[in-house]
Amino acid sequence: MEENKDLKQRNQQEQDEFEKNQVIMTPGQLVAKRFFRNKLACVGLAIIIVMALFCIIGPMFSPYGEYEIFYINSKTGEEVRMANASGNPDLGVNVKAPMSSAHLLGTDADGRDVFTRLMYGGRISLTVGFVVVAIELIIGIIMGGIAGYYGGKVDMLIMRLVEIFYSLPFVPMMLIISSLFVGYGLSPRYKIYFIMIVMGILYWAGVARNVRAQILSLREMEYMQAAEATGIRTWRKIFKHLIPNTIPIIILIATMDVGGVILTESVLSYLGVGIAWPYASWGNMANAVTDSVIMKNYPNIWAPPGILILLTVLAFNFIGDGMRDAFDPKMKR
Amino acid sequence: MKQYILKRILISFLVLFGVSILLYGIARSVPGDYVSNITAGNQNITPEMEQKMRELYGLDKGIIEGYISWLGDALHGDFGTSFKFQQPVVEVIKKNMAPTLALAGISMILEILIAIPFGIIAARRQYSVTDYTIVAIALMGISLPSFFFASVLRSIFSVKLGWLPVSGMLTARMNYQGWDLFVDYAKHFALPIIVFVITGVGGLLRYTRTNMLEVLSADYVRTARAKGLPEVKVIGKHAFRNTLIPIVTIVGGMIPGLFSGAVITEGIFSLEGLGNIALKAVYSGDIPYLMGFNMFIAVLTLIGTLVSDILYAVVDPRVRY
Repeated sequence: MEENKDLKQRNQQEQDEFEKNQVIMTPGQLVAKRFFRNKLACVGLAIIIVMALFCIIGPMFSPYGEYEIFYINSKTGEEVRMANASGNPDLGVNVKAPMSSAHLLGTDADGRDVFTRLMYGGRISLTVGFVVVAIELIIGIIMGGIAGYYGGKVDMLIMRLVEIFYSLPFVPMMLIISSLFVGYGLSPRYKIYFIMIVMGILYWAGVARNVRAQILSLREMEYMQAAEATGIRTWRKIFKHLIPNTIPIIILIATMDVGGVILTESVLSYLGVGIAWPYASWGNMANAVTDSVIMKNYPNIWAPPGILILLTVLAFNFIGDGMRDAFDPKMKR
Repeated sequence: MKQYILKRILISFLVLFGVSILLYGIARSVPGDYVSNITAGNQNITPEMEQKMRELYGLDKGIIEGYISWLGDALHGDFGTSFKFQQPVVEVIKKNMAPTLALAGISMILEILIAIPFGIIAARRQYSVTDYTIVAIALMGISLPSFFFASVLRSIFSVKLGWLPVSGMLTARMNYQGWDLFVDYAKHFALPIIVFVITGVGGLLRYTRTNMLEVLSADYVRTARAKGLPEVKVIGKHAFRNTLIPIVTIVGGMIPGLFSGAVITEGIFSLEGLGNIALKAVYSGDIPYLMGFNMFIAVLTLIGTLVSDILYAVVDPRVRY
């Protein structure tokens, strides 16, 4: 009898402990858990954090400026910085200097420090990526939301617009538009903004298509009938009740597209229609690869920006991939 | 079905109309037209002569008028005369489309042949070393800037090792015939195709993998396994056929990307294809050619999506229009 009572008590205790230790996770925590289990996704996240630190904080520690040109005294072999370089006839631009402790990655074809420009270039490349994605999201979500909610003629019209933008070949389009910039004599300072806006406008169609597809199924759900019954305004229904439920797919598209945009910007810079001199971007720095002399003899000039583009875009793709798996409740693990 | 296809074709024309308005509007707003480009610096040209040339090239009309006359001609299959080649645009496109189509077509077939098997292998062993390796390599391909990759490949295989030609389509002054000619072409196209395939295969592969994963967790796959079918049959017959459905729909969407890529790759390897000509046309302001080229791509894109939508119904009997 005694034993039995003891056993009961122990059982009870175990049950209590079990309940205490049981962790109930919110859907968000579940997603995070699945995400961090994916090794590639973690690697991607780490790379992005390092890149961001490198580009945002890095320039503060760099002794040189973005456009600073270095000169070399041809007689003494001494290096002179731009600020002290006036008036001496012996001075020449210190082009394509080898790697040294003063210039970790040497200097480029114009005598500027490659390492410092990498940091500033990263700032621009990352900014372009984020701003373009922000623009495409704003247009895409609004258009997709309206098309999906209203359906019918509005949907027909917006989806045809989406198809039009889908059928435009991107690179030839950018080439024509850039000759427009050149024709109107846009200065490089403003050209960056215009390029970002144009890319955002050319890219919105994909977002709109995905958001619309989601909303088409969401609007038939019962909670939407409840929202209808409360008599709230239409735009509140769209942007308060429908759009928040499409957030997973929006985040996914955004992550993938930041990488894609950085890549596209580099291609545009290669074609000479991207971010222009004197601004640095990873794209126009990697462009040095097309100069056959630099290609052969100075890998320290062209390889680092190329590798940074590769790493950053790769990291965004890893993160996007991890998120897709994490958001999908059908995926086990 | 017939009605659906008809409706889709009608809509495609509507979309083409929109594309052409957009393209023409932008192309014509470029200041400094072709006439002022070719006459710049030539002092013998009087303003009257310039005016006459503008009339000749159809640049004297405003944007709207110009568009209407362009559209009228285009509907008759006349896309105007390329300023640079002094030949009808249709002729120029016909003459130069072989390299571009070969490049895009071969790359697309190779991409499909690589992406589908490897996507399936990766999905079958999710989270294994094989899976991580395949996905990592595929993503690395997507993340490479094509011009950068092309230059690196060229410097290794053409300049350093000398295995493959640096650029161009044929070895000059070598009148190869028959098999030798084919080999020569193949050598010149090898690097561009490699660049295309490696930078393009990742998207399709990833898509195949995701869909395969979804299908593999479906009930009918479990049923197939439960009744004791060999794994080959489960994958090859039950799972693969169902992954094919979404894959068919995105293959049509790959076309514009292929042609955008052609502009860059052809430019780097100086293949005389449509993309390379388009690149030059932009710099010289050859509007008729650019319009023709872009419309050509738009038409191909629309045909691609239309065909893949119809195929969708063919591979998935549940779909009825």
